Amino acid sequence: MSAYWRDIFYGSKSLIKGMLITGRQFFKPVVTEQYPYETPTLPPLFRGHIELIGNAESGLPNCVVCMMCQRACPSDCISLGGKKAEGGKGKVLTSYILDFTKCSLCGSCVESCKFDALRYSHEYNLVSFNKDDFIIDLMKRLEEQNRCKQ
Amino acid sequence: METSIWHALLYLVGILAFAGLNAAYLGYCERKGAARIQRRSGPTEVGYAGLLQPLADGIKLMSKQLLVPKGVDGIIFRAAPILAMVPAITSMAVIPFSGNIQARAMELSVLLLFALAALAMFAILLGGWASGNKYALISSTRAVSQTLAYEIPMLFTVITVVLISGSLNLQDIALDQQGGFWRWNIFRIENGHFLTMWISFLIFFICTIAETNRAPFDMAEAESELVAGFMTEYGSMGFGLFMMGEYLNIVVAACLTTVLFLGGWDCPLGLIPGVWWFLIKIYILIFTFIWIRWTFPRTQIYKLLNLNWKILIPFSMVNLLITAVLIKVF
Amino acid sequence: MTVPISPRHDETFVLNLGPQHPATHGVLRVKLTMDGEYIVKAEPVLGYIHRMHEKMAEAGTFAQFMPNTARMDYLHALAFNHGWALVVEKAAGIEVPPRAEYIRVITVELNRIHSHLLWWAANLLDLGAFTPLLYAFDDREQVIDLLERVTGSRLTYSYMRFGGVLNDIDEDFIAGTRAFLVRLRERMPVFYHDLVTSNIIFIKRVKDIGIITPEMCRRYGVTGPVARGSGINYDVRKDEPYSVYPHFDFDVPVFHECDSMARYMVRVQEMEQSMRIIEQALDALPDGPIMAKVPKMLKPEAGYYYSAVETARGLLGHRLVCNGDKNPYKLKLRSPTFSNLSLFGEVTQGMLLADALAFLGSLDLVIPEIDR
Repeated sequence: MSAYWRDIFYGSKSLIKGMLITGRQFFKPVVTEQYPYETPTLPPLFRGHIELIGNAESGLPNCVVCMMCQRACPSDCISLGGKKAEGGKGKVLTSYILDFTKCSLCGSCVESCKFDALRYSHEYNLVSFNKDDFIIDLMKRLEEQNRCKQ
Repeated sequence: METSIWHALLYLVGILAFAGLNAAYLGYCERKGAARIQRRSGPTEVGYAGLLQPLADGIKLMSKQLLVPKGVDGIIFRAAPILAMVPAITSMAVIPFSGNIQARAMELSVLLLFALAALAMFAILLGGWASGNKYALISSTRAVSQTLAYEIPMLFTVITVVLISGSLNLQDIALDQQGGFWRWNIFRIENGHFLTMWISFLIFFICTIAETNRAPFDMAEAESELVAGFMTEYGSMGFGLFMMGEYLNIVVAACLTTVLFLGGWDCPLGLIPGVWWFLIKIYILIFTFIWIRWTFPRTQIYKLLNLNWKILIPFSMVNLLITAVLIKVF
Repeated sequence: MTVPISPRHDETFVLNLGPQHPATHGVLRVKLTMDGEYIVKAEPVLGYIHRMHEKMAEAGTFAQFMPNTARMDYLHALAFNHGWALVVEKAAGIEVPPRAEYIRVITVELNRIHSHLLWWAANLLDLGAFTPLLYAFDDREQVIDLLERVTGSRLTYSYMRFGGVLNDIDEDFIAGTRAFLVRLRERMPVFYHDLVTSNIIFIKRVKDIGIITPEMCRRYGVTGPVARGSGINYDVRKDEPYSVYPHFDFDVPVFHECDSMARYMVRVQEMEQSMRIIEQALDALPDGPIMAKVPKMLKPEAGYYYSAVETARGLLGHRLVCNGDKNPYKLKLRSPTFSNLSLFGEVTQGMLLADALAFLGSLDLVIPEIDR
């Protein structure tokens, strides 16, 4: 019988305590971010999809087509093509296609790159009804970035 | 009171407008209130501060097809949402909003209200039954056992009020409480009723939460157990009508609590009574409903019935006894 | 309230709970044979999110499996990273610099707090309380922001590397973590204990519900907070120490009530212990490199290797078979929730549907980890 009264007493007390906590929160400011109007600041290490780094002067990709990124990728989403450089040694990049639909953003490609040719983009607004929109031509992207810089 | 056709029409339009506005905007208030309690901002996009959100929701619901799944009992399935709305709107006819705003003054208005409240349960029962869905079926059986059980302590507490006022007419009950908060049934000093009436009020309030199927007693639509309970198979305005019916039931419950315990349209200090006091009181009660819903976890059906049979019913019976003795002694 | 019932088979019906159901938190399906609201028989059906992770490990190199580990238990991804890194390091004989090992422990424990916070929120949601979920998410967001700073990712980190970690932590991270610990300690008594733990409705919902006896734990191989809630004092961090856990002073919360409340208390207290570990690790953080010298392509010697870590849900075992090639020959994962879920059918016999779902919530299931 004492358990009965104890339940009623402490139960009501705990209910009132809970109500007071939520009641106090009612008058406090919101903590959420109003997304389209406020955008989050991404940390410098944020891992978006990859993009090519252009040479500071020429704007051409740093890539030497060593294929390390392609080999490191666990999901086969990188395919790149190159050709012999004209009048010099080594190779130049002709195409760099990222299949973002398969990418798991692990960062193995950027880590494996010894020539400072890849970095993470800070793009997170990626949405489309078309799967093909996520097969990203990174060469074209770099060209656009160069154009924007000028 | 005159009973011309204009009088009836005026009140018909008035009650429908009041009911429609409340049914639409309580959903908005609920979402805003929940958001503020959870430190979010709630709807903001449609109109200023999201004020047109109910309109957008209504248009969206109306533009959807009312899907009647294969194997359901078509007539009952379609009738149930309407049945959810009708008793709630009908109840408003006898509620005295103030001394002269009442559609129909009835001698037995308390009885009529409880009869209609019991009818509201049928909407859930029929909707759940006709859906032919196992979740809906479990939900409707739960709703019935819960509503039936909670009517007992609710009526016991109402009898205490009726004993004090000596009338089954809501108008008389409210008039009996005019003249300051010390004359309201909950704090009534006369005959020492305040000793027990606050318990009556609490019991009545808990019962209204259970009767209107609100959290923490929303057994019928426990979304983490029964998906959406009796509304699982409803889409479009079928769902919309159920939601509106639910909010209207809350409004009716708040009105009834105000009239029975909180002095109706009386000013707390006994100054200028008026319909605004009535509205302030019901919206404070409705806010409490929202506040409670967004604070507590859901109870479980057997715990709910335990609370009813082991705590609320004995307490309400003892309360009734004490009230009767107090009236007899003084 | 568990009432022993004798089912009348002519009056039972089958209720299909899931694969899409609000309470299963993923694509778990439970086939319930019901007698009214009582469960006569419950049968979890798995396989809706089976992705052959073990086979995928054989297909790629050791490093290429790292991103997969985070996708099994997406709530305690770093522990899965850690487990995979540990077993490969064991196989390849890589010595990890102490600073890297400390950073691993700090991030794994932060991730454990995050996982328990999310469990707490989801469990309350199963019980029908929505507001605590948002309060817990407020705290969880702080953890995610911290981890995003160092790992660059918010949920599936793939942060560990064989021989170290991907990025070093900076002063901002350390200050942020300390501030978070202060904040969580402040909020804990109010938003967690006053609002929920002492709430009468909550207590009535979880106390004496879902009794798992210690004997049953041993029979099903239950580990983690579920076992510790049944009085079994077993924590891999203490009993088979790995990494730098022996350096830290922390307790293993054990409760003997065997019910959902005990499991709840274990997890809530584990958050406090994790905070203690993080504090000690931050205080004693050594300087030095964060990566060991590791050959470009790992080719561990042929042999059998095993290592275990304690994730937020229990023991995660990696059984690795190598044949001297650059791929694993075979990998077997022993994931905790598979065992923890197995007892669901036995425990829920004769239980009410509502209680069974509250019990399911207290098991802390992550479905992709069960199916792998």
